[in-house]
Amino acid sequence: MDILDFTAVGLADEIKKGEVSAQEAVEAVFSRIDNCEDELNCYISFDRMEAVKRAQQVQKAIEAGEIHSSLAGVPVAIKDNICTKGMKTTCASKILQNFVPTYSAHAVKCLEEAGAVIIGKTNMDEFAMGSTTETSFTGPTKNPWNTACVPGGSSGGSAAAVAAGECYYALGSDTGGSIRQPAGYCGIVGMKPTYSTVSRYGLIAYGSSLDQIGPLCKDVTDCANILEVITSYDEKDSTSARRKDASFTEALVDDVKGMRIGIPKEYFGKGLEPEISAAVLKAAALLEEKGAIIEEFNLTLTDYAIPAYYTIASAEASSNLERFDGIKYGYRTEVYEGLHNMYKKTRSEGFGGEVKRRIMLGSFVLSSGYYDAYYLKALRVKALIKQEFDKAFSKYDVILGPVAPQTAPKLGESLTEPLKMYLGDIYTISANLTGIPGISVPCGIDSKGLPIGLQLLGDCFREKNIIRTAYAYEQARGKFAGPDVSGCEHSLYEVE
Amino acid sequence: MAKVISDETIEYVGILAKLELQEEEKEQAKKDMAVMLDYIDKMKELDTEGIEPMSHIFSVNNVFREDIVTNGDDRENILANAPLKKNGMFNVPKTFE
Amino acid sequence: MAKEYDTVIGLEVHVELDTKTKIFCGCSTAFGAEPNTHTCPVCTGMPGSLPVLNKQVVEYAISVGLATNCRITGFSKFDRKNYFYPDNPQNYQISQLYLPICTNGFVEITGEDGNNKKIGIHEIHMEEDAGKLIHDEWEDCSYVDYNRSGVPLIEIVSEPDMRSADEVIAYLTKLRMIIQYLGASDCKLNEGSMRADVNLSVREAGSETFGTRTEMKNLNSFKAIRRAIENERERQIDIIEAGEKVIQETRRWDDNKEYSYPMRSKEDAKDYRYFPEPDLPPVVVSEQWIEEIRSRQPEFRDEKMARYIREFDIPEYDADIITSSKKMADIFEATVGEGANPKKVSNYLMGETMRLLKILEKEPEDIHFSPENLARLIKLTDDQVINSSVAKEVFEKMFEEDVNPEEYVEIHGLKQNNDVEGLKEIIKQVITENPKSVEDYHSGKEKALGFLVGQTMKATRGKANPEMIHLLLKELL
Repeated sequence: MDILDFTAVGLADEIKKGEVSAQEAVEAVFSRIDNCEDELNCYISFDRMEAVKRAQQVQKAIEAGEIHSSLAGVPVAIKDNICTKGMKTTCASKILQNFVPTYSAHAVKCLEEAGAVIIGKTNMDEFAMGSTTETSFTGPTKNPWNTACVPGGSSGGSAAAVAAGECYYALGSDTGGSIRQPAGYCGIVGMKPTYSTVSRYGLIAYGSSLDQIGPLCKDVTDCANILEVITSYDEKDSTSARRKDASFTEALVDDVKGMRIGIPKEYFGKGLEPEISAAVLKAAALLEEKGAIIEEFNLTLTDYAIPAYYTIASAEASSNLERFDGIKYGYRTEVYEGLHNMYKKTRSEGFGGEVKRRIMLGSFVLSSGYYDAYYLKALRVKALIKQEFDKAFSKYDVILGPVAPQTAPKLGESLTEPLKMYLGDIYTISANLTGIPGISVPCGIDSKGLPIGLQLLGDCFREKNIIRTAYAYEQARGKFAGPDVSGCEHSLYEVE
Repeated sequence: MAKVISDETIEYVGILAKLELQEEEKEQAKKDMAVMLDYIDKMKELDTEGIEPMSHIFSVNNVFREDIVTNGDDRENILANAPLKKNGMFNVPKTFE
Repeated sequence: MAKEYDTVIGLEVHVELDTKTKIFCGCSTAFGAEPNTHTCPVCTGMPGSLPVLNKQVVEYAISVGLATNCRITGFSKFDRKNYFYPDNPQNYQISQLYLPICTNGFVEITGEDGNNKKIGIHEIHMEEDAGKLIHDEWEDCSYVDYNRSGVPLIEIVSEPDMRSADEVIAYLTKLRMIIQYLGASDCKLNEGSMRADVNLSVREAGSETFGTRTEMKNLNSFKAIRRAIENERERQIDIIEAGEKVIQETRRWDDNKEYSYPMRSKEDAKDYRYFPEPDLPPVVVSEQWIEEIRSRQPEFRDEKMARYIREFDIPEYDADIITSSKKMADIFEATVGEGANPKKVSNYLMGETMRLLKILEKEPEDIHFSPENLARLIKLTDDQVINSSVAKEVFEKMFEEDVNPEEYVEIHGLKQNNDVEGLKEIIKQVITENPKSVEDYHSGKEKALGFLVGQTMKATRGKANPEMIHLLLKELL
């Protein structure tokens, strides 16, 4: 078996048994990076020397019996909006192009304590604003299944890196589907935990009330293990929860008898590709065969989630991104006349088009005379949506549906019509508005040869329900083969 | 109803957000914002009378720190990324005329 | 004939709370540190940093609210106030707009007419202070020091209930005393731990509607506040008399030039886009918590005065002056606690201390001599180790530098000369040298004795015990 074929937990096992070493795993990852990275552009930065040094260190600690975690020695990639001490963290933006944090995000510290070996920082949509990873200042990431397609976004670099074997698992962030949708497009597992589960300290904020860090990985077992490691109360994040039920691996049980699963009719309306609908319903049928109780129901407010979401997310973003002003860190324009000109030139040159679009929308909806009509209205709509989900979860343990209405689109197709791109978030954003957890699991390949994602949503703090359901589904589905990346390998002797 | 965003509005939002758009960017921004606001107006279809705006999802409250000094001198790190600095301070364009 | 105008004034008072750490991070609030050495990712707006509320800030805000008869908000929230300025590292200030911690209170002052008057308090809210900007004299730039960034503030917003500079100063004095008694702040106007912005409008006497108001900033002393109020009143009346309209704006007072100018900029839209701070959960204040804080409220001035008169047997006049400042009251009690006679301590505070404060244009809060040293000084005079004129000199030194009087007297050889034989020799000498005065004394002129005492003191370089000189002179004459 190729060392890169192991799952994260599988690799850690092998390392523990002494079959392979952490250094070998790092070398394997970097040789894949050597082969594929020019084509895929999953990373914004990586540091081979540091990773090798760290692997040696971790290997020693494992041998000395100092680290016991189920992820010890496994190479990981971190989305570039999550701060890593001493490693450049740019949010894929010119405005932070040289920013080197002097502190690490709490989630990164959790991984480090568990013996993770950080390979590098993954590409993303600028400040996590986008659904394709095309708004990155460093250029788009390509989908390892088909390099003419996008990997999804905003955590597209993390998803593509996992799918292509350029790391074993990755951290992403999910504000409106930014973990689940690229996981779906890249045929891997991705999960957004309940809001407050993973500390946001060190995650560069986009929409503070919506953002959550979560894993992108090869299977549900990895997902539960990673989530267990990064779930930790953090006194530096006032919204961090003290979870008492964070032993998520206990839910890795192949049994869904009596699990009540609701399928929202509105998630299968117009706009959804028929192939996706078929694959998702087939997954539901598999679960039903295993004893789950499947029922259709209505989520009548589905269409209102997008306008509420974009109002709230843009408003929070407009405020969160005010700190990028050319004074304390990051880019400052070369020539300016006075303070306000410096602000304007720095920000206009430093931010890309999509970011500016959302900042302007957000500033507008909060401005005098519009706050009530837009922002407060959106908070009221959010309250109604929350009520509707609460009602649904009084009847169902899990809500099942697609991750996205389509599979990965071609590069260059999405950015010309922003609104159309936003509409693609229809199935994922409610989870961010209401704080609930959601997982994306591959459930098929469409006729274009692109993976299809199944989404399972659970009630707040009920990750175990969706992990259990996803795990049982995965067992029934069987192995989901990754993309063939031999196509993107090129010889070292090749001359351009 | 299709919204029209005026030059003044874009100008005003530019002052609030500290963004300065080129002419062609400005036209595009006006269109984009009009399209988004038209779309967002969909929310108006919903009757939200008497619904309390929900800013925080969970009813968590009173998350406090005790009044104990935990941080020491971290100046070197704080200034490490500054584009311009002098004498342990951040350098900014003159702030008064 | 000129019209009569009324002045309508409301105040926004910012008070820096006396906590050990900042409002949202564990950085020290201590004054005087090197620039940016009391900073961390949170108070410098580093990407990914998050605020965590200091509980003491909430308790201080509630205690000030209780002492000013406010309603304490059961469910209170923080909001972001968005504006770009370099002293504000996130380019938004975390403050409270929609649900401030205290509302609807009042304090009582003596009004213009000599009767008690209630000044309404609209609200008290919690917020963070900004950093400091330092302007380069030579280069075209400024520097930012974030040591003050994130220092906790409460803003006390009054109703427009004041009608004159006197009322404003009475209100501020009362507010300051309350907050000082609570120990929530030292409230020094000159150091900026208390800052008052004056909202002022004028209207024709008897009118019920308000005129257009302006907001005046940068008022660093009671004198500046008085001057600015009088100046702004005149300015607005002039505008109205000229048939023009007062513009609603923020103005900055220049106390050296004694005039104000508008702080206007086309880049300053004054549209703060407030919205609920998503990074901070709400603050819920239970009745039980309010009662706990109420039960810990300290003794206020009236109770303290009554106790001083009762316990220390000092005159009401003394108690009134001493308790007018929490700092003085604290020194008084601590000095008495060291064993000094209460009336003697009181005399020092009301006499020399007040005199020196006045000369130096300082506030009682600026006193920095220690109660231990004042007690030592009183003991030195009680024991007749030094005489009263030396004591005055030592006190001045103590007031300046908080010297230990025992050491100071020792080092400078200021001990009273109680050597009777030696003194007798000196007096004999004085008598011989001043036959005219001796003659005057003998012919019944009592004044001459005073002159001879003075001459003797001079000869002993001030160290002799004047009473002893007096007795010995009489004896030898």
